[in-house]
Amino acid sequence: MTTVSQPVVSIAGVSKIFDAGGGQTRALDGIDLSIERDEFVSLIGPSGCGKSTLLRLIGDLTAPTSGSVTINGKPARQARLDRDYGIVFQAPVLFDWRTVQANVALPLEVKGTAAADRERRVEAMLELVELKDFARHYPYQLSGGMQQRVSIARALALEPSILLMDEPFGALDEMTRERMNAEVQRIWQSTGTTVVFVTHSIPEAVFLSTKVVVMSPRPGRIVRVIDIDLPRPRTDDTRETTRYFELITEVRETLRGRRGERAARTGVASAERTAAEGGVG
Amino acid sequence: MRLVRAVRAQAPAIAVFVGVILVWEASVAALNLQQFILPRPSAIATAFIANWPRLQLVAGNTLYEALGGLVIGVGAAVATGFAVARWARVREAVLPIAIGASAVPIIAAAPIMSNWFGILNPFAKMAIVILLVFFPVLVNVVRGLSQVEESAVELMRASAASDGQILRKLRIPNALPYFFTGLKISTTLSLIGAVVAEYFGGSNDVLGRVIVQSSSELRFDITWAAITITAMAGIAMYLVALGIERVVIPWHASQRLVET
Repeated sequence: MTTVSQPVVSIAGVSKIFDAGGGQTRALDGIDLSIERDEFVSLIGPSGCGKSTLLRLIGDLTAPTSGSVTINGKPARQARLDRDYGIVFQAPVLFDWRTVQANVALPLEVKGTAAADRERRVEAMLELVELKDFARHYPYQLSGGMQQRVSIARALALEPSILLMDEPFGALDEMTRERMNAEVQRIWQSTGTTVVFVTHSIPEAVFLSTKVVVMSPRPGRIVRVIDIDLPRPRTDDTRETTRYFELITEVRETLRGRRGERAARTGVASAERTAAEGGVG
Repeated sequence: MRLVRAVRAQAPAIAVFVGVILVWEASVAALNLQQFILPRPSAIATAFIANWPRLQLVAGNTLYEALGGLVIGVGAAVATGFAVARWARVREAVLPIAIGASAVPIIAAAPIMSNWFGILNPFAKMAIVILLVFFPVLVNVVRGLSQVEESAVELMRASAASDGQILRKLRIPNALPYFFTGLKISTTLSLIGAVVAEYFGGSNDVLGRVIVQSSSELRFDITWAAITITAMAGIAMYLVALGIERVVIPWHASQRLVET
């Protein structure tokens, strides 16, 4: 298994170029990022900053143009084949023809888990997301928030060492979103999974994360990594603390480019700089 | 209880149907129309009962051609659909042709099929049915197998699913509603194909020939009786397809509207 010192995710010198409409788009450039075990890391930035691409690179759903992505000491591809990932998209992507429990069982079926183990695992996962009473329902019979909880249960079914979430609550209303945030925190703490979380929402990123990775577009770069030192468990009260607002302001200002632009203007070695600034943050 | 509810749900349609029959009967009498222009429904019913043994026989023969063609055509289309969906090159080559071919009035080729397979051979009629049902089913099956949500495929890949697993657990279930759309179109087409192909000659003991011959003898009551049994057979085939669909894909959106 993974040793304590080994990072779960280690990205070195990664760039990604898309061929689009005759021209080339540099989606990501010079990305260095290391994510330790049990961390909850949010990737945040404006549209086109490549945060989703970065998540997909980590999950081996796309390959980098240059650089390396190492997961648990293995190439990303091997990690995917070893089923080290769980993944949650913005849309729940539940299979209409499967009941809730059959949807959660899908990755276990793919892996070839024995029926009895499968059943036990599905039950545990549905308990975790508090949907036990809906096991036999079909997706269309559930609300959007419930559907997304099913997709989280499915992503966790194989006990992945890393959970990738791509704007999972982007389609939900603010109230449901806050409730889901609390739930994700609880699930993260109880499962001990490392989470990489893509979001547009600054409050969401600050509330959930151990670290917020702020990115800038064209080409997609990491501007700064901000440590979030709010105590756990974070509750509704956390959302009213001064520190919470300070951190939100800090992320927002970094996004606006006050700190970011300065770093970009001085140019090179931005990776080292962000690492240093992240420590101060 | 369920029957009562089903009848109540269909009540408007039943009322319109009965109304049309009554207006038809009354207006033929009121306008004093000749029976060779438009026979009364009651006259059609009488002809239907009087000719029942023969109608039963010819309908059976026509149904054999239609069903035989339907089964072979749908089977071939599904098999081709899998191959076409599997290889992108084949899809790019075949799909535009299939879409184009489904717009061709294939029925016009009926005399050629009679020439190839023999005018008395039921397979000559089946061949027309096969050609007619092949393309709608093929196009739908290919769409269903290939138009899969990208994130659903990524989800499967994230679980390290093999291509076979993606096919079985994602593409095939995804294709079922499309397949049934094609199948329902095809049931109706198969009967049209068989009856119209019969117009061009062959055995006399088939619905198409009964329709042609009775009308040339100005026995339009029999013509209408034959059309009625053709319609009944068509509706029956469609309902069977609908019933299978309801059992196989109860989860699909098209089936949910029924619940309310």
